[in-house]
Amino acid sequence: MNTTETAHQTRPYDLVKEFVIALVAVAALTVVLAAVFSSPDEKPITLASWAKAAPGDFIATSAAELAGTSTSAAYGAPYNHVPGAGQKLGPLPLQRWAGVRSPIDPAQDFVIGPLTAAPQDPALATALATYRAAAPDQRHKQAASYADALSKAPAGDSAKVAPGDYGTTPVLTARLLDLARGGGLDGTLLTEGGFYSSDYTRPLLFLADGTYLADQATAQHLTGNQWGMMNETGNYPGQAWLWLYTFWYQVPPYKTSTNADALIWATMAALTVLLAAIPFIPGLRSIPRWSGIYRLIWRDHYRRQR
Amino acid sequence: MSIGWTGRTREAAIRALPPGKLLPDEQPAYVASWIYVFGVLTLSALAIVLTSGTVLALAGPAWWHTSALGHFVNSLHLWSVELFFFFMVIHLWGKFFMAAWRGRRAMTWITGVVAFATSIGTAFTGYLVQQNFDSQWISTQAKDGLNSVGIGAFFNVLNFGQMLLWHVILLPLVLGVLVVGHILLVRLRGVVPPIPHTVDHTDAAEDKS
Repeated sequence: MNTTETAHQTRPYDLVKEFVIALVAVAALTVVLAAVFSSPDEKPITLASWAKAAPGDFIATSAAELAGTSTSAAYGAPYNHVPGAGQKLGPLPLQRWAGVRSPIDPAQDFVIGPLTAAPQDPALATALATYRAAAPDQRHKQAASYADALSKAPAGDSAKVAPGDYGTTPVLTARLLDLARGGGLDGTLLTEGGFYSSDYTRPLLFLADGTYLADQATAQHLTGNQWGMMNETGNYPGQAWLWLYTFWYQVPPYKTSTNADALIWATMAALTVLLAAIPFIPGLRSIPRWSGIYRLIWRDHYRRQR
Repeated sequence: MSIGWTGRTREAAIRALPPGKLLPDEQPAYVASWIYVFGVLTLSALAIVLTSGTVLALAGPAWWHTSALGHFVNSLHLWSVELFFFFMVIHLWGKFFMAAWRGRRAMTWITGVVAFATSIGTAFTGYLVQQNFDSQWISTQAKDGLNSVGIGAFFNVLNFGQMLLWHVILLPLVLGVLVVGHILLVRLRGVVPPIPHTVDHTDAAEDKS
């Protein structure tokens, strides 16, 4: 059959009226939904609230920053140069190729820098001077020993850590805790780049290095294995349209791969291109014809033709 | 006398989309299904999204945390986005099962898919600039995916200022251009007729597949 569009009959159709009616209906529905369900607004975690609520986790995270063993310290691009770090897409180290564009030195930026900028008593000044004079290997070793001892202390309590050679780490981490509790660290990490700042990379990376943020997210069912990427706090729909992206994190081989993020991004990019290219792909473009669903959509038309 | 670039552009535009075709007051008789409503519903929801977003932008990103009215406007913004995606997904699947790319309408389909992907990016940046716990968690989780393929080095989800500008200017601008282009293409090519009408080279090839 070789029927053209002009062969079809027409009927009056008021597009503007249809749009206005739809606009009023959607506006009304939105107002009702907003009035009944509102929207979530869980307060952000500040470094001060973290330090007050979970001092053990805060000190352990600070020690890990000094030891160079935190997530941020071992991350690689785009934050720092770490040999072998970063995900790969097959043989392609796309993460490393993009380079270090937001340079972060966790020990300096999260611990030493803020303590240096804060008011210093003789004990802190001595600790900082001793830290700076020590060899990098020694600093890392002492901080790692302290982090290890903290993990074995009852409830991670820094007051109950077994004696050992921890260098200046206990003093530095304790003073950082004091600074954070007083609210000083929130401002310091944000303003390291100058008076005006809208870049939260430093405070967010430091916060995410601890377990407190993840613990709160787990309680809200927001972690990756809880389909969290598409959820938000409370009983709200969240980003339901991310269901397919989130789905891949739940199944092998993505679930167990050390390059899961890169693989899933590549998969989603390929699927998006595939969706856009459907008109040109034999087989895929014929699915609508095979499914027969179009017969329901145009059932009046086909009925008239009989 | 030469009519110049302006005159030629005007004549080409009128030739391609004369007023009766740009804003017709009649449609083919087969345009009679509830599925057709979801296109205009998507457009309506987008209008509410843009309006509520504009009100939020007028008072700044922190307003809705301290004002009951601001919180309500934020709720309007959230729910209109939810409706926008709900309508758009039904519209997309409806057009898929109508094989709406037939009859030289492939670009209409492609602009629709790209608009869908752009909408996901726009909504995502919205979640990043809420300045609350959701923003903290979503940004610190999402950075790993973006960093893993090198995008995060240029599109830093932990940078609130950068994400705010993407959310309120850059992505809406791209989405706006895509939506206008999509609608103009619909008007240019007309509404796709029922299968198996309108045979072109694409359909001829499809028939052999």
